[in-house]
Amino acid sequence: MSYLSTLPLDMAPLLGAVSHSSAGAVATFAGVVRDHNEGRRITRLEYHAYDSMAEKEMGAIEKEILERFDGVRIACIHRLGSLDVGELAVACAASAPHRAEAFAACRALIDELKARVPIWKREHGPEGPYWVGWEDARCGSDHMHE
Amino acid sequence: MVKLQVLAFAGARDVIGAASVFVDVEDGLTAAALLAVLCDRYPGLGAYRGSIRVAVNGCYALGDERITSGDEVALIPPVAGG
Repeated sequence: MSYLSTLPLDMAPLLGAVSHSSAGAVATFAGVVRDHNEGRRITRLEYHAYDSMAEKEMGAIEKEILERFDGVRIACIHRLGSLDVGELAVACAASAPHRAEAFAACRALIDELKARVPIWKREHGPEGPYWVGWEDARCGSDHMHE
Repeated sequence: MVKLQVLAFAGARDVIGAASVFVDVEDGLTAAALLAVLCDRYPGLGAYRGSIRVAVNGCYALGDERITSGDEVALIPPVAGG
């Protein structure tokens, strides 16, 4: 189960989605809007996505993780829209018979999501709007990505 | 020639000034060539060229992947989910 949502997130549906009688471990990750980034004060974050591709990519990540870790179930929801400091931006959960696989799968899920899923965030604060990562991308490299 | 609609997101959308643009290109041009065409048309994109990925039909495209009429094409700046 992985999808995008414009509504406030709650961990409960994720726990419900991954919990079952053979799962002795459930690991979760909550990505929360914080009040600063690289020295800038943040008052809110605005999340945008290429919705159809993002959900497709989230599905691909889910499939890869299920193939990589035996007996794992995972769930992930990413919020879109304008979020205040303290709000949940992304919620991930992974269950497994034992904790090592649950932690590893949860970690892989959030790491892959951040690396690949076409979602962007714009910071808002005293220094004005700023797309996270955009200025770092300027002349940063000369390669065509795979 | 074919008319392609190219979707743009985040910083790339701000540079282009629209959520999508139409470009007339040779049928079967590569993803890398399409990016070059767009960087010529929108010089502000040039500095980010090495960091923008092209997606075709919802999947990241290799530079030599060919694009044809009817494909859904998008410019993907560095992602920042989470």
